Amino acid sequence: MMDLYELEHLCLRMRRRILDMSLRCEGPTHLGGGLSIVEITAALYGSVLKFDPNNPQWDDRDRFILSKGHGVLGLYTALAEVGVIDETTFLTFKQTDSHLISHPVMNVDLGIESSNGSLGQGLSLAIGISWGARFLGKTHHQYVLLGDGECNEGSVWEAAMAASQMGLQNITVIVDNNGFQSDGSTEAIMTSTSLAERWSSFGWDVSVVDGHNLDELCSALRASPDHQQPRCIVARTVKGRGISFMENNNEWHHNRLTQAWYDKAIEELGQGFEC
Amino acid sequence: MLEITPSNIRQWSRFGSRAVYGQALLDVAKDFPNVVALSADLGNSSGLDRFKATFPERFVNVGIAEQNLIGVAAGIAKEGFNAFASSFAPFITMRASEQIRMNLGYMELNVKAVGIGSGLVMGFLGNSHFGLEDVAVTRAIPNLTIVSPADCTEIVKVVRAAAEFEGPMYIRLTGGPNNPPAYQGDYDLTIGQSIQMRDGKDVAIAATGSMVAASISAATLLQSDGISTAVYNFHTLKPIDQDCLLHMGGHYKSIFAVEEHSVVGGLFSAITETLASNPQRPPIHPVGLPDSFGKTADYGVLLERYGLTPEGIRARILSEFASDKIA
Repeated sequence: MMDLYELEHLCLRMRRRILDMSLRCEGPTHLGGGLSIVEITAALYGSVLKFDPNNPQWDDRDRFILSKGHGVLGLYTALAEVGVIDETTFLTFKQTDSHLISHPVMNVDLGIESSNGSLGQGLSLAIGISWGARFLGKTHHQYVLLGDGECNEGSVWEAAMAASQMGLQNITVIVDNNGFQSDGSTEAIMTSTSLAERWSSFGWDVSVVDGHNLDELCSALRASPDHQQPRCIVARTVKGRGISFMENNNEWHHNRLTQAWYDKAIEELGQGFEC
Repeated sequence: MLEITPSNIRQWSRFGSRAVYGQALLDVAKDFPNVVALSADLGNSSGLDRFKATFPERFVNVGIAEQNLIGVAAGIAKEGFNAFASSFAPFITMRASEQIRMNLGYMELNVKAVGIGSGLVMGFLGNSHFGLEDVAVTRAIPNLTIVSPADCTEIVKVVRAAAEFEGPMYIRLTGGPNNPPAYQGDYDLTIGQSIQMRDGKDVAIAATGSMVAASISAATLLQSDGISTAVYNFHTLKPIDQDCLLHMGGHYKSIFAVEEHSVVGGLFSAITETLASNPQRPPIHPVGLPDSFGKTADYGVLLERYGLTPEGIRARILSEFASDKIA
């Protein structure tokens, strides 16, 4: 389990990897929504999730479902950093026939629990896993990462209703509340300002954290619900976090990182590196 | 284990497909502890009231939410269960179509999606409740096995086969209470292999679901018209039994695809896709529902209207076969 200092460095290395893989693939990647979740996936894989990098199929592992499937940059980099995805495989990102493409393709050996890319489906799957685990008396916990734009999908709320109705305590939703979706700000398209109240009204135990504050994230992710309720963490984040010209700039929702932009980004990132 | 006896066959036929589905699932649940039933507020309509009373811990009702129904079933399957999720055919296959595509097709999770009341049996409930296109929609999704039992006896056998089957499946239930049985006793059922129900040498009927029994009766009527008609039960629509179709292509003067489904995308389409490039292909005729939303009536009236009764099938074959012979 990493301490906060180690987690901060993990985040820096993940951002460096995100830039490298985006440059290397010579095509557009979902940089904005990948960078906004780095602290979330770092906290999960560095400190919270129960898993064995040498045995990704371990039946008692905690499950992480990337329901906002376009956030793969924040997932593959975490899995590579903790040794689940090997470096050779990691370098195949977006190459012909690679296991690692722009949305997750289920491959438990690589730590990818489900196929995603169609928004609004991951929570239902995780509810089923949680129901099955509870039925079997298994102790693994399910963590599901949704986007705030993703919460436009009606199926998210079908699932939200069901999880609280079932009293599932072995599931935690994290909403990446970066305030943007594909076409612009959530405020302009479908507001996300009352996300916490909405989840609460659906019967979830909700907390709101700074999604880039590792201490807050780790505490919230480790907390147990007071009642027989599923947990929801609304993580206030910044889209494109860590690279100034990408932050809150939706042009980087899905864009190609040229060499010039890469150099500029690396220079910025280098200022945070001491390792 | 449910016994296939003449008395049970008669009783099941009276109960109809939905009630027998529930009875069959309860029966296999006693033998397969990994079987779980899911419903989207149609548990009683799916005949699952006794399942729920017997195995309440293995019954999940997600409310009126078919998308979540499929996703939750898929997650449950991921934990090693065999998840049977049922709802009315259009709701489960079309409201949750993309969930089926992602979870059953793409991830190949062990879910049995069961479409109850498919075809026209919902009668006055109207087109909103009819299963006109459910096979077309599901057949286009890779990795799905699609099964359409001929009668209540075959439902009993298909549900057991599905409990033993590892992988995603769509089970389409047609017909209502008092639909005539296609089978009078037990027989061997293998998913993917059609069954010859009746011998003949002039014409072959490929039928599925409720139309198997109607086609057998039509073939009997055609005997007096001097047309020797073979009948095949295509209980599995995907993967389609290609060997049988190639055999049919080489042995009959005409083939009729009889189905309580749109002529677009169902059994007729599966047959023509297989035989289109076969040099020995005889004329292939669709006997199904038109590509339209029609006016609503009682189930029996609708079957008559669309020529899906024994008499209707006979008339259609008489008409088309005369032209085929001239050609």
